[in-house]
Amino acid sequence: MKNNPTNIGQKISGLNFFKNGMYMSQPIIKIENLGKLYRLGEVGTGTLSHDLNRWWKTRIMGKEDPYSIIGTINDRTQAAKKGEHVWALRDINLELQEGEVLGIIGKNGAGKSTLLKILSQVTSPSSGRVRARGRMASLLEVGTGFHQEMTGRENIYMNGTIMGMRKREITSKLDEIVDFSGVAKYLDTPVKRYSSGMIVRLGFAIAAHLEPEILVVDEVLAVGDAEFQKKAIGKMQDVSKSHGRTVLFVSHNMAAVKSLCKNGIVLINGYKRFEGKISDAIDFYQDNNVLITNKNNYWEFGNDAENDNIRVNSIKITPINGTVLDIGSGVRIEIDFFNKVKDITEDLTFEILTKDDVLVFHHGFVFAKDRNSKQGKHKITAFIPPDLLNANIYSMNLFFGQSQRYLLFRRDRICAFEVENIPLESNMAVLPGIVRPAVSYTLDYHENNTQTITKTILTDATGDRCQQ
Amino acid sequence: MNTYNIDIKPKKHLLKINFKEIWFYRDLLYMFVKRSIITVYKQTILGPIWFIVQPIMTTGMYMLVFGRIANISTDGLPQILFYLSGIVIWNYFHECFNQTAHTFNQNAQIFGKVYFPRLIIPFAEVLSGLIKFFIQLAIFIIIYLYFLYSGNTTIQPNWTLALVPVYIVLMAGIGLAAGLIFSSLTTKYRDLNHLLTFGIQLLMYATPVIYPVSTVPEKYKIFIQANPLTPVLEGFKYAFLGAGHFSWQALAYSGGFMTILLFMGIIIFHQTERNFIDTV
Repeated sequence: MKNNPTNIGQKISGLNFFKNGMYMSQPIIKIENLGKLYRLGEVGTGTLSHDLNRWWKTRIMGKEDPYSIIGTINDRTQAAKKGEHVWALRDINLELQEGEVLGIIGKNGAGKSTLLKILSQVTSPSSGRVRARGRMASLLEVGTGFHQEMTGRENIYMNGTIMGMRKREITSKLDEIVDFSGVAKYLDTPVKRYSSGMIVRLGFAIAAHLEPEILVVDEVLAVGDAEFQKKAIGKMQDVSKSHGRTVLFVSHNMAAVKSLCKNGIVLINGYKRFEGKISDAIDFYQDNNVLITNKNNYWEFGNDAENDNIRVNSIKITPINGTVLDIGSGVRIEIDFFNKVKDITEDLTFEILTKDDVLVFHHGFVFAKDRNSKQGKHKITAFIPPDLLNANIYSMNLFFGQSQRYLLFRRDRICAFEVENIPLESNMAVLPGIVRPAVSYTLDYHENNTQTITKTILTDATGDRCQQ
Repeated sequence: MNTYNIDIKPKKHLLKINFKEIWFYRDLLYMFVKRSIITVYKQTILGPIWFIVQPIMTTGMYMLVFGRIANISTDGLPQILFYLSGIVIWNYFHECFNQTAHTFNQNAQIFGKVYFPRLIIPFAEVLSGLIKFFIQLAIFIIIYLYFLYSGNTTIQPNWTLALVPVYIVLMAGIGLAAGLIFSSLTTKYRDLNHLLTFGIQLLMYATPVIYPVSTVPEKYKIFIQANPLTPVLEGFKYAFLGAGHFSWQALAYSGGFMTILLFMGIIIFHQTERNFIDTV
């Protein structure tokens, strides 16, 4: 029934009711007891007998689905039994008012994408019901339906119509779309000659000019360069604020979620665990994010962080100077691991991210050059210099790579640590910004524009450490 | 008072085709037709001419192999017309079946990301097949008219030419229905993909494309006549060439078969589209 033109009349009358205040409580989206059951393991051959069995039991005998009984909580850290069923989403109840911008946050596998897929009608729920009013467009990726052989212009029409636009609607917005995408010069060139960035720009430009009442957005902003991301977020803010559209937004980028959304929900293992203001939702999420700061800054992994190439035994984070991990102490990271691959060129790479998932830096160390990696226990210690990281909670992504090209091991947010603040003079607050370098200043003071009376070297607020 | 126009539930009506919705998406239908036509000949020198090269080359090959070497009868008709007419109408069925049979697998990427009435894709395949069919039919008619005006008396066009649109609908309908069923089953049981190519090939030999029904030995005739495509092939040739067989009963049989198959196809297709993205 989506995009059904006959409903426009009803929709308008709905809007009038809304304005009159009579239907203030009538939500634009109403989700009731929504659930989605998935079967783990390989789907394909061998399922015919299951299918027949299930069909026989449920349809003919009228019993409950024999394979859903073992449906368990979706915790992906537990090893899956073959053929086990799992609720990717369970008992979700949610109501959205018109113009609301809702952020959906949660770890990988928490059910965010499943929820968006159901709302986008890409897959159907196993239980429950969703009702919504108006036109709904989903942006699970940009540029869906782009064909490599077709030109930019043809693809604008292709993608636009797939998203539910009419041809004349696209024609009337073509100039705007082309303008926004910034690929005017290549409009009649096949898309296969485009750079990936250009394809993303074009795809997003089309999506940005859809005019649905409800917009469902997955992490499309994770692609494209910084300038484009900014533009995209700006456009989304514009859409939600000035046009009063209802937006559901999923992202791992807490900064983006925070700037876009007013309210948020947190999904954990398929259940909705929190609903409320976005800042509270983010706090809730971070408090519940398993590997958040550990008091001793020491993590042992057992076989939890292991694959065929690497087993990470432990990570220890300590200050380089002094006993407190603060802005001026520097950070020593000791990574103890067992290397299983020999005779390759191997590197260890880590990323430091802020609490809002902003990448501070990415750094790598080739510890085995010229294919001379050895099997065995290794310990690598990384020193992050003092006066670099501002006070914040940081998480770390850890990678091992081969020849700086192939990924051997990856673990996001393997650990987290807090860098404490050193107050600036009497100002106890944490200064804004991601880094807090030791900046030194000089001041030249002239009286009557003639002669230098004093030349003072002023130091960074952290005191004597950087005085020269 | 319920103003909700989108209602997502675990189950939905299996037989209900939302024509209103498909009509709303007609521009998308047009774009898919356009895409499948233009992308075929992008970066080729001959471009759309390939649509006519194929049937002409095939006809030449059949004339050589079945006409000259195997000496199979063509009911006294000029070989080129006999083979070409068979190939042109068969190609349309082949196109409808083969293209719609890949609906799910080839569009998994799109289906996983955006909702639109999934039937748009097979409909677009049938329509773009129709365009190719008309191009090939035009070639046939040019050659046909040449024979007609050069005084060939074996060709006897008759009133059943008026039934040609019916034959086209039958071919499209059966091809579409078979394709819908096939594409739905292949999402789970990929084995069927391997079956498709030679399955269609075998079906062609079980259908009077390159031979007239009259040459089939009596004891096998029942099998050939049980094939719902046989009346279409025979009727199409009869309309243009006047040789072969035409009967209303056979036509009604094909029509009935198509209707039942289409019902099945749509039910299975709807059943599959709901959750296909989880199993692909």
